[in-house]
Amino acid sequence: MDRINESLPALGLIATLIAAWWLAVFLTHTLVFPAPWDVVRGTWELVMNGTLWDHIGASLMRVGIGFGLALCFALPLGLWMGWVDGAYRTLNPLFQILRPISPIAWIPIAILWFGIGNTSPIYLIFISSVFPMIVQTTAGVHAIEKRFLRAAQNFGVSRRTLFKQVVIPAVLPQVLVGMRIGLGVAWLVVVAAEMIALRSGLGYMIMDSRNAGNRYDLVISGMIIIGLIGLSLDATMRLLEGIRWVRWRYAH
Amino acid sequence: MRTKIEIRGLKKSFASDKGPLPVVQDVSFTVSDGEFVAVVGPSGCGKSTLMSMMAGFVQPDEGAVVIDGVPRSKPDSKGILISQQGSVFPWLTVRENLMFGLNGHKSDNRMEIADHYADIVGLKGFEESFPHELSGGMLKRTEIARALVVKPEILYMDEPFSALDALMNMRMRKELLRILAKERFTSLLITHDVEEAIHLADRIVVLSPRPTRIKAIFDVPFAHPRKVSCRAAQELRVTILRELGVDREDAE
Repeated sequence: MDRINESLPALGLIATLIAAWWLAVFLTHTLVFPAPWDVVRGTWELVMNGTLWDHIGASLMRVGIGFGLALCFALPLGLWMGWVDGAYRTLNPLFQILRPISPIAWIPIAILWFGIGNTSPIYLIFISSVFPMIVQTTAGVHAIEKRFLRAAQNFGVSRRTLFKQVVIPAVLPQVLVGMRIGLGVAWLVVVAAEMIALRSGLGYMIMDSRNAGNRYDLVISGMIIIGLIGLSLDATMRLLEGIRWVRWRYAH
Repeated sequence: MRTKIEIRGLKKSFASDKGPLPVVQDVSFTVSDGEFVAVVGPSGCGKSTLMSMMAGFVQPDEGAVVIDGVPRSKPDSKGILISQQGSVFPWLTVRENLMFGLNGHKSDNRMEIADHYADIVGLKGFEESFPHELSGGMLKRTEIARALVVKPEILYMDEPFSALDALMNMRMRKELLRILAKERFTSLLITHDVEEAIHLADRIVVLSPRPTRIKAIFDVPFAHPRKVSCRAAQELRVTILRELGVDREDAE
């Protein structure tokens, strides 16, 4: 009941905006911009002919692969950079230069290298999500308190135990933060990448709806769906904060 | 009694803007096997640095720490350090923390050993709890139990109870004495609390302000269980406080 009460203002705001939108369309007699009801009808159309699910599936698949690859790459690399000073000093400056380059800026090169198939957007997602995860993992290792490392040293445990029972569990909450950031960026990027040159995905759907007959109802429908999926992806990542391995960090 | 620890002319300086800052200046004393020695000194005098050197975490500039006739170069599980902040791993349960030091062991009864010591320190029933679910006193018990599990020969305690409230501090002292009566080891305690030193130690080493050196060494000739409030103990306390530069009136 409390949670419903807490979300009431937010829901109220959204309802007000939709009402204002509808009123604006009604008062201006616009022929191009769709009313809320048109968007619902357009979305229903896509649901019925099945294309919506194909687009969502294509986008999620690209994000899944690109993000998964980035995670497999960032985790060991971040741990290594956090643990070995030489690796950090060598790689960190390069990553700090690459990190601020918008994934959108990579699009021409991605197309040059990988063509316009699935590989290009997957590469862009990889590029966009790998750096935040490397940075967070490295920072996580650097933030391990000395007293814990001292204790491990004191008990004379093996390197394997040190990593398995001290370093990795200590870093995991930070890794999770990196994953949340990484997945958020990945979702931003997949839509942008699909707008350029592809035949599926929510980004393609938006561009295609505009190009093929100014279907702005479908454009807005696509935007809202992107927002809702992004929200649920983030909610899923937040659920991970409850798992046993990281709960210690949030329980206070 | 056999000499367990021999501290030979320890010196340590730290680098500062104005050149090297001497912290420990020529400290030498010996500790017999099974003896409990407390080191008291004014705050900031270099007590903790001294303890870090004795436990092997920090290398002295000059001098040596000799244990059983062998100079120590790095920490090992024969001497466990318990510090003020504590180093119980927050991501492991009490049982996993206790089993941590047994990781190298082949024995399949690691869990039994861990639970045995949990019982000894009065944590029976909390084996599956996480540190954030425990009180400050229980955390200290966990830390002590984790040390006991590896059957150390020496226990280094750096202000172990000073973060606890007065009541819990008193309880933990009694608890420690009870455990010491059961499991014998050589103990080194660093504290600023003279009363705690008199309550626990066989001998008390009094340090000067920084750069620290030994000002005096006192025997504590009282049999356990001790009453710190008795006249002789109070006289000893005043004498030590005077060595520390605290006047009688301040102490009362």
